[in-house]
Amino acid sequence: MDTELILRVYPFFLEAAWVTIQLSVLTALLGLACGALGAAARLSRLAAFRFVGAVYVSIIRGTPALIQVFILYFGGPQIGIQLDSFAAGTIALGVNIGAYMTETIRGAILSVDKGQTEAARTLGLSRWKTMRKVVLPQAARLMIRPLGVNINALIKGTALVAPISVVELTYTAQRFIGSTYKPFEMFLLSGLLYMAIIYVVGQGVHWLDRRARIT
Amino acid sequence: MSDQAFVTIKNAAKSYGQLEVLKDINLTVQRGQIVAIIGPSGSGKSTLLRAINELDPLTSGEVWLEDVQINRKLPHRQYEAHVNQVRQDIGMVFQHFNLFPHLTVRGNITLAPRMLKGLTEAEANKLAEEQLAKVGLSEKIDEYPSRLSGGQKQRVAIARALAMKPKVMLFDEATSALDPELVEEVNLVMRQLAEEHMTMIIVTHEMDFAASVCDRVLFMDKGVVVEEGPPSVIFQNPANERTRNFLRKHLSR
Ligand SMILES: Nc1ncnc2c1ncn2[C@@H]1O[C@H](COP(=O)(O)OP(=O)(O)OP(=O)(O)O)[C@@H](O)[C@H]1O
Ligand SMILES: [Mg+2]
Repeated sequence: MDTELILRVYPFFLEAAWVTIQLSVLTALLGLACGALGAAARLSRLAAFRFVGAVYVSIIRGTPALIQVFILYFGGPQIGIQLDSFAAGTIALGVNIGAYMTETIRGAILSVDKGQTEAARTLGLSRWKTMRKVVLPQAARLMIRPLGVNINALIKGTALVAPISVVELTYTAQRFIGSTYKPFEMFLLSGLLYMAIIYVVGQGVHWLDRRARIT
Repeated sequence: MSDQAFVTIKNAAKSYGQLEVLKDINLTVQRGQIVAIIGPSGSGKSTLLRAINELDPLTSGEVWLEDVQINRKLPHRQYEAHVNQVRQDIGMVFQHFNLFPHLTVRGNITLAPRMLKGLTEAEANKLAEEQLAKVGLSEKIDEYPSRLSGGQKQRVAIARALAMKPKVMLFDEATSALDPELVEEVNLVMRQLAEEHMTMIIVTHEMDFAASVCDRVLFMDKGVVVEEGPPSVIFQNPANERTRNFLRKHLSR
């Protein structure tokens, strides 16, 4: 193993890790927004919204994320959507993970006991107040872990923007392999950095989940 | 005033698909009256009770609270506003308590009064203290439901319903999920309400309790009211064969 090479290139990898982190955070935020909207649509009283939500989820989950990234980045300009690679990657990945988060959030809401809604409605609370004050606070606790799983997948999924030249960890590894012919070191370095990011996020999720359980 | 119809159910019918769960039920409850509904499992007791506050709307028929028709047919928005309003006057207590686990006892009791009646925090706290004192649980005000016994949970659930100052209280087997030694503390609270002349409709499997607190008993079977009358008649001298069979099984337990 070429440790001297690793010491020479690692600052570039740290920079790339920072890009991966930014990409992950923005993707997660966009994903959560899409997931909340998607879940609201799928649970709507109105069939049209439910239909739109179901179509969103099945299209996204039925096609490879890489294709979704390519469609937006390469296909976008053809229909008048011109985005730089970072923006295209973030949006495509955010919308992608949003479909999975839709199902996570919906599942958590549905797993709150029906008696909770009945008790609240019986007191005279409206649907929305019941959702906000009784169902969502309970669903929020239930969704922390599964959303953590989604976020774990999302972080690893950011590697899918390497082919559109976002200078993140996977792209950086490939670039240095081109000049150094040391794939083992380069992939090891990027892999370790992914692991570090995922470990920190995982600990955060674990902490949140534990805190939410203390009542 | 006292013999004025308070809760009125007219020609109530309810089906789930082909299954007729309620068939042409008529019931009038006067202000301050306490009515027990008894009957075998699946006879439609819960369904009838839940029709009164529109949790399970009737297929046909009418439900009235004083001069307000509860199950009015209205466009969706108006209907929602209407039921949210009328439900404030109808307290309901469930077999499985359905306390909000993420809120303290105080939070459980004050949620609806604060959201719906615009009480300030101080007013809501006072209300919670009053209601808890009534059910004998003042010291549990800052506990979470998970730390209460079943009997205590049910008493909090009753306090929560009472905090809305309902005109009528509905109980759906309020003590069925409790360990036998915890039943009496809940019954005691219900007896106390009876003494205060709360109008109550009580679905129960406890015949002794029904006999001692209720003014009237309805025996339901297969979606119809088979027989009704004062407890002395229903329990001691029922006219109908089905009532007699049911009571034979239940009184000899
Ligand atoms: N949501 C539903 N869909 C279909 N059938 C239902 C539904 N709810 C109740 N039923 C049926 O309606 C009938 C009456 O049920 P209900 O719960 O009112 O009975 P009950 O008298 O309260 O019985 P129990 O003493 O067991 O609580 C039963 O046959 C039940 O299976
Ligand atoms: Mg029942």
